[in-house]
Amino acid sequence: MTGNSAKPAIEIDEVWKAYSPDGAFVLRDVSLAIEARSFVALTGISGSGKTTLLKLINRLIEPSRGTVRVDGADVAATNPVLLRRRIGYVFQGVGLFPHLTVAENIAITPALLKWDKAAIAARVDELLDLMQLPRVLKARLPATLSGGQAQRVGLARALAARPGIVLMDEPFGAVDPITRDTLGRDYRALHDGLGLTTIMVSHDIVEAVLLADRIAVMDTGELVEYGATTDLLARPRHESVRRLMQMPLDQAERVGRLAGLS
Amino acid sequence: MEQLAPRLSAALSHLPDYLGAHVLLSASALVLGLSLSLPLSLAALRWRNFAGVILGGAAVIQTIPSLALLALFYPLLLLLSSATKSLTGASFSALGFLPSLLALSLYSMLPILRNAVTGILGVDPAVKEAALGAGMTPFQTLLRIELPLALPVIMAGIRTASVLVIGTATLSTPVGQTSLGNYIFSGLQTQNWVDVLVGCVAAALLALVADRILAALESMARRRGGRHRLAAAATAVVLILCAGAVAANFRPQAGYIIGAKNFPEQYILAELIDQRLAAAGLHASLRSDLGSAVIFRALTAGDIDVYVDYTGTIWTNEMHRNDSPARNIVLEGVTGWVRDHYGARVLGPLGFENAYVLAMRRDKALALGVNSIADLASVSPQMTVGGDYEIFGRPEWQQLHLAYGLNFHDERQMQPLFMYKAVADSDVDAITAFSSDGRIAQYGLVTLADPKHVIPPYDAILLLSPKRSNDRALITALQSLIGKIDVEKMRKANLAVSREEQQLSPAGAARELWKEITGGGSSE
Repeated sequence: MTGNSAKPAIEIDEVWKAYSPDGAFVLRDVSLAIEARSFVALTGISGSGKTTLLKLINRLIEPSRGTVRVDGADVAATNPVLLRRRIGYVFQGVGLFPHLTVAENIAITPALLKWDKAAIAARVDELLDLMQLPRVLKARLPATLSGGQAQRVGLARALAARPGIVLMDEPFGAVDPITRDTLGRDYRALHDGLGLTTIMVSHDIVEAVLLADRIAVMDTGELVEYGATTDLLARPRHESVRRLMQMPLDQAERVGRLAGLS
Repeated sequence: MEQLAPRLSAALSHLPDYLGAHVLLSASALVLGLSLSLPLSLAALRWRNFAGVILGGAAVIQTIPSLALLALFYPLLLLLSSATKSLTGASFSALGFLPSLLALSLYSMLPILRNAVTGILGVDPAVKEAALGAGMTPFQTLLRIELPLALPVIMAGIRTASVLVIGTATLSTPVGQTSLGNYIFSGLQTQNWVDVLVGCVAAALLALVADRILAALESMARRRGGRHRLAAAATAVVLILCAGAVAANFRPQAGYIIGAKNFPEQYILAELIDQRLAAAGLHASLRSDLGSAVIFRALTAGDIDVYVDYTGTIWTNEMHRNDSPARNIVLEGVTGWVRDHYGARVLGPLGFENAYVLAMRRDKALALGVNSIADLASVSPQMTVGGDYEIFGRPEWQQLHLAYGLNFHDERQMQPLFMYKAVADSDVDAITAFSSDGRIAQYGLVTLADPKHVIPPYDAILLLSPKRSNDRALITALQSLIGKIDVEKMRKANLAVSREEQQLSPAGAARELWKEITGGGSSE
């Protein structure tokens, strides 16, 4: 934890969201402050509103009521295009542009920001190295990559313009467990090394516990509990959260017991 | 067929002209259709309510028969042309290129619109979200992500449209636009199957070539770094087309323009007029295969200078008369009417009539005891009658029924070309033949008298456009034709171009006709 002095990078304040004027609310009165340089996991079952909450931050979705502030500024008053260019965004489908090469995919936001060509080329190489991807992949099309490579390219694209904030929606969902674990650890190291603020949506509570400093648990549009990962593990205030957090503990115990027996 | 080689070379001699005009027209129509459809499809994607209206409208246009769509644009453009003339003093030619261009462009829109909308909607939403998430504006997303990804589907629509346009462009001949359809329309009329085949094969090959070119452009667009070259190539094509289209449409018309409708007699008489003008040292060009409704308007608007029409046609179609007075009364009526209404001039009658006349096999007429239309009253319920596409809808057909108490078992519309053969083969019992057609004699048919004079007279007359109505040189050159062509001469000339053996071209038949007129003397 970075302590109480850290200014919140993102503040979500009494936000409500309904997709149609008379429709049901998918977010109800959610308030959440995310400190700079922290790694926050948004978790909960499908339909709990965690992805909607994430997309409010870079204005892919607008709230029906309430405010969202990034670095102290109300996003409603910020140009959404410029806002998105300084926030990294990674999601489950990866969403690599299939007609562009790996290098062009990674370079997309710097190109939109009109960096000069040499700077972009240098940044692409730097990111490939950072993501432990061979540079020969630069000229390849996304269809020729493995699942893990595609996820790393997606991450590189999100980090290309040196954002302070990275939003991730099930970023490691589409790969095998081993690759997933490696990717998670590698990303966490980058997060620390680059001093990022990361908000990750994940329905995998084990992944959330292992990667995040803080966890927000959502249920049917409401924020049930939000706190440090260690606090949620040790002293959950809600029964539903206790049951949720019990799962990784039980699993760890069972695996430990099995390992001890063998 | 020992005539094959000369016919083929005669047909191929027109190829540069017909093919050039066809390519210019279809490519321009495609470019215009594309430049209308792409923004419209983007608008349809932006405002979804609008999408139904646009796609529905394009689909409705597609259901209009293409020939009708082409013909509809002519009167519309005439109005527009006269409006611009009164406003700006400048007018444009409403005949030929412009109506064809507009109709074909509209026709090309449905496949382009539908494929563009489908293609862009088909782009993976995850990719679109990634584009927005990476900080692209909606416009950048469209340009850099959605359009490139939808390109194969969009191109498929453009390729469908190109084939459609190239095929349909053959139908622009009746509105006065030269195209490969000239081969097909005149070839069908004169039974010149070499011409028909050349027209069809050329159009099919052109469609294939256009498809290959578009496929090549598509792969060029997809190759890395090919975009700039593609944009340059596309710009060049558009500029060349615009220049060509402007040149083709607005070039000062050199000499006189002779019009002809779409049957052999008209081709022969147009050639005869051309030969007379040439003999007088006047330059002229031909616009053949014009539709009946188009040609009179083209003359009064000055798009053509001279053509042969028939008094009965103007009397019923243009003057909307349904009485049937004597030949000279109708001739005087028509002469006065075109002068008073349009300032056009009837130079005079050529000397023959090409009237509707009922014709039957001689043996069948004898067996039934039929000599005149009056005798048909009792036997018509057992008879099937064949006619061209317009007769059964014309007022004189109703008049015939009323006057003689006719009630045919069935009325069958057919190409005039096949009508005579049909009655000769007893596929139908009677036909509405044309009195100057050589095939009446060729097939040994008898024509039935019209004792009540229900069918109006159809004297062939030379019509001059308003601006040529006092053109001394033109009038002097054509004066020698007035009253000189009796029906026997015309039938002989008509038969010369429609018979199977020793068939003549319309120009050849016109030369023979001139020899007959001058008493077998020297012609050229």
